[in-house]
Amino acid sequence: MTEFRQTEARKAQLAKRYRAEYRFKAFGIGAICTAGLILLFLMGSILISSLPAFTQHYVTLDIEITERHIDTQNLANSDWRGLARTSLRAQFPEVQGRRDKRALGKLLSIGASDDVRDYVLANPSSLGTKIRLPVTLSDDIDLLLKGVIDRELPENERVVSNQNLAWLDKLVAEDRISRQFATKIFTNGDSREPELAGLHGALVGTLWTLLVTLLASFPLGVMAAIYLEEIAPKNRLTRIIEVNINNLAAVPSIVFGLLGLAVFINFFGMPRSAPLVGGLVLALMTLPRIIIPTRAAFAAIPPSIREAAMGVGASRLQVIMHHVLPLAMPGILTGTIIGLAQAAGETAPLLMIGMMAFIVDVPSDVTAKATVLPAQIYMWANNPERAFMARTSAGIVVLLSLLLLVNATAIYFRKRFEKRW
Amino acid sequence: MSEKTDPKIKIEARGVEVFYGEAQALHGIDLDVNANQVTALIGPSGCGKSTFLRCINRMNDVIDGCRVNGNIAIDGQDIYSAEIDVVELRARVGMVFQKPNPFPKSIYDNVAYGPRIHGLSQSREQLDHIVESSLKRAGLWAEVSDRLLASGTSLSGGQQQRLCIARAIAVSPDVVLMDEPCSALDPIATAVIEELMEELRKDYTIVIVTHSMQQAARISQRTAYFHLGNVVEHGATQQIFTNPQNQQTEAYISGKIG
Amino acid sequence: MSASSLFLCLVGLGLFSFFFGRRRIHRLATGASQKQHSRDVYHASFLVICATFVPIVLLVIWTGISPLVIDALLESFLKARANTASLGELSVMIAKTKAYYAGSISAAFIDDTIAEATNYYADLVAHSLQARSFAVLLLAIAGVGLGVRKIALRFTARHSVERVAQLIMLVASAIAVLTTVGIVLSLIFETIRFFATVSVTEFLFGLHWSPQIAIREDQAGGSGSFGAIPLFAGTLMITFIAMIVAVPIGLMSAIYLSEYASPRLRGIAKPGIEMLAGIPTVVYGFFAALVVAPFLRDGGADIGLTLSSESALAAGLVMGIMIIPFISSLSDDVINAVPQTLRDGAAALGATHSETIKQVVLPAALPGIVSAILLAISRAIGETMIVVMAAGVAANLTANPFESVTTVTVQIVMLLVGDQEFDSAKTLAAFALGLVLFFITLALNILALYVVNKYREQYD
Repeated sequence: MTEFRQTEARKAQLAKRYRAEYRFKAFGIGAICTAGLILLFLMGSILISSLPAFTQHYVTLDIEITERHIDTQNLANSDWRGLARTSLRAQFPEVQGRRDKRALGKLLSIGASDDVRDYVLANPSSLGTKIRLPVTLSDDIDLLLKGVIDRELPENERVVSNQNLAWLDKLVAEDRISRQFATKIFTNGDSREPELAGLHGALVGTLWTLLVTLLASFPLGVMAAIYLEEIAPKNRLTRIIEVNINNLAAVPSIVFGLLGLAVFINFFGMPRSAPLVGGLVLALMTLPRIIIPTRAAFAAIPPSIREAAMGVGASRLQVIMHHVLPLAMPGILTGTIIGLAQAAGETAPLLMIGMMAFIVDVPSDVTAKATVLPAQIYMWANNPERAFMARTSAGIVVLLSLLLLVNATAIYFRKRFEKRW
Repeated sequence: MSEKTDPKIKIEARGVEVFYGEAQALHGIDLDVNANQVTALIGPSGCGKSTFLRCINRMNDVIDGCRVNGNIAIDGQDIYSAEIDVVELRARVGMVFQKPNPFPKSIYDNVAYGPRIHGLSQSREQLDHIVESSLKRAGLWAEVSDRLLASGTSLSGGQQQRLCIARAIAVSPDVVLMDEPCSALDPIATAVIEELMEELRKDYTIVIVTHSMQQAARISQRTAYFHLGNVVEHGATQQIFTNPQNQQTEAYISGKIG
Repeated sequence: MSASSLFLCLVGLGLFSFFFGRRRIHRLATGASQKQHSRDVYHASFLVICATFVPIVLLVIWTGISPLVIDALLESFLKARANTASLGELSVMIAKTKAYYAGSISAAFIDDTIAEATNYYADLVAHSLQARSFAVLLLAIAGVGLGVRKIALRFTARHSVERVAQLIMLVASAIAVLTTVGIVLSLIFETIRFFATVSVTEFLFGLHWSPQIAIREDQAGGSGSFGAIPLFAGTLMITFIAMIVAVPIGLMSAIYLSEYASPRLRGIAKPGIEMLAGIPTVVYGFFAALVVAPFLRDGGADIGLTLSSESALAAGLVMGIMIIPFISSLSDDVINAVPQTLRDGAAALGATHSETIKQVVLPAALPGIVSAILLAISRAIGETMIVVMAAGVAANLTANPFESVTTVTVQIVMLLVGDQEFDSAKTLAAFALGLVLFFITLALNILALYVVNKYREQYD
């Protein structure tokens, strides 16, 4: 036997090996920290840039609701815009000349007229009286007040002119400027004006689309899974179907968009931009994502349950319907919810079938032109106005909150009903 | 009683062969089972006794690649013929499994499941009656009558197995097959079930697979010894255990193989 | 009758036959000496199937096929009337006819031919609807009639019902296969039409991609050139950058989490990394285009580098972030599947933990890791939103990651978004690119599956 001695060379070698060990571990910790920091940075930067979009500045005006602007026969037809601008001008009697008057009017959002109209329509008794009403300011003024646009910049580098600044300062001094929660982001449809653009249409469009997706993919997916897991003989054909389903789950989503364009729209002549087509495309994409966890849920049911049911004379279908399916339901629902959440975040296939139309109205049914939340985010991200950056981030925050809620539901289901056999 | 001297033959198996894919599990089984008796199938592991048992209510049908040749007749009717509906067959031939496997439903629903799917009751009262009498026969009524809506899985192992027996007899079968029903139970629960079998055989024909020779000796009237997919010897239990004709049987019974 | 009212009729008839069938078997059973084979509900369901199954199938097929037949008839009618063979003219006339029929254009815009064609078209549509209603209802009533005669005590209604149920389930599982067939057929069909105007070699090996403008007189369709090499190169470059980010981070975090981390850290870090996987790609696209790209551009400018604001680097980095959870969760699974005995064996010989991992665990898990990386590459190649938002549109053939490149998926989107004629070479090119994309990702997936299956054989 050779003597085991701690020579200097051995010691050095051992130290080297331990250094390698620490290095390796440090790499691992580094990797995890990097991933965590990225997640934090991503979420943080989006959250911070979304904050301005959730509030909106208003200017409180004294509005005289007079015959001059109001059409008493047909209220909706009145000159609300003129009314709002006149009221603002009343604050600045010194402003004369067409150009300056128009520039002054630009402080207000186009939506200011809607604020006045909505108030008067809701309070008909205000006709002929003088009211105090906060109305929406334009996006640039709003950003300046929030400090997103730096007022210290030289005039030619900032979108708000010195003249505007002076007017604004006067309004601030008169305590006419207020900041409120921007409800419009949830109640309005899309708009070219950032301060008026809202997610209502996209939210409803997402809802319609997902409804179609759910109705199409859930029954088909569950039936397919029942057939493959419980009924089909294990032969070549079912093997091919299985491989096929696994491959389908990995096909790029944009290819499903091409399929939808070629088959649903061009071949069957279904309407473009409609939740019906979008929902069907997403359903085909979601199908394998429902079949795979559903099969896993079936496979987790112990065979003794099936034997017991068969032992008292239940037919194969009765065994499935009375025992296997109800027991597998929590797993199936979890899989379906996660699949739907993925579908809800999908954009690319929907671009192919035109679900990114500029739609102000809220879609009324599954064949109306519509857009969905992710596509709305994509469109807003392409808009040049600076205020749309915050709007886009806010859209993302809403989308992520929705997905978080949906996934939390799935996790709750799994935890609540999970059965260990 | 005439029955005792000349018992009626309930199940007749002739030349039963079973293949799992290429592998042959049973090599031509000939066996008669008498009505209202307990017939024990014994033999070493893998000898085919459970396979044979599962042939009697065609539970092998559900295994892919399993093929059954030969004839099994119950009351003279071939159960593998085309006009036999396997679901009706299983309503006539109940089965109790090695591990208690109650449905994760209430005790009541466990017992009522069979009568429900077979439409054996026209009213709630009738169903209540079936459930109660089945639980009574399975000797479980006294223990569970106050918590029929508790889950079947909340019972102890022995109770679960008696629940499975109650579930099997709730559809009024002629034959009850038991596949090592006591192997997962403690001795006291086993004793309860053994007593129950003695009681049950007045109404049903029982075929039981068991690993315990003492159990076979205690409860059965007839015994068949299986070895490597063949029935080596069968006859009255008394005779098999005291005076086996075959050397293999003797070796197994005396504990030399097994 | 419209399809939906016809469907409602069938639902009504189905309900009626359910109760009718149940009453009938009940009457037959009362006082009968024989035992009935199937329970009442199966007889009732049997009658419902008789009443509705075939009519619904017919309704669906008719509704799907009849527009195609009617269009073909209209086209041949117009061809004969207008004496024109030009496909473009014909399709305009067809569109006009349909628009006039739908009332979306006024009579001022149409000529006599179109007016005649509209009458003809209206006739066809009306007849088709009438015939459909008649056929569907006739079949439904005939179904009830035939079904009622089969109901009897010993009739095996349960078998029939279960056979139909199994058939429906078989069809459901065939839909998945049909989807694949649909993808392949629709892509191939359009691609063949594309290759009628652009040669295969130009597409696959051409170095110049500019579908919008014709750069030479003799170019096919006069709509531009379709050499896809710059697209493939751009896709590869962005995928490569993504892998440089994702493989080390994903793999190292998987190793650390499964080999070193305490259960507590694992319980926090694993869901955290998985959260990255749940973020929709449009969010990554926004992050890449509006946060990372400006940051890189400004940072590059500070150290004297010129970065395009749509650089391949920004898109690649963010795509890499998206892929991290993909690689880490797949690698985690394969690392955990390596038997503990192997680790114990190495540890017993005096190997340090990292030596065990590097010399025993990773080699054993290598096939699984390779397949995870292959799947990740397939995912990166097919990813659309990040590159649409953060990568360029112009097709540069460059190896410089600071410049802007374009990818296959970006071009598919660019060619198809907006109002375009469906038959132009531009839109067809999108399908050709889609076909290439489909087959490349399919090949990668199958390769990954093959690698993983080989790996499984070693341990079972």
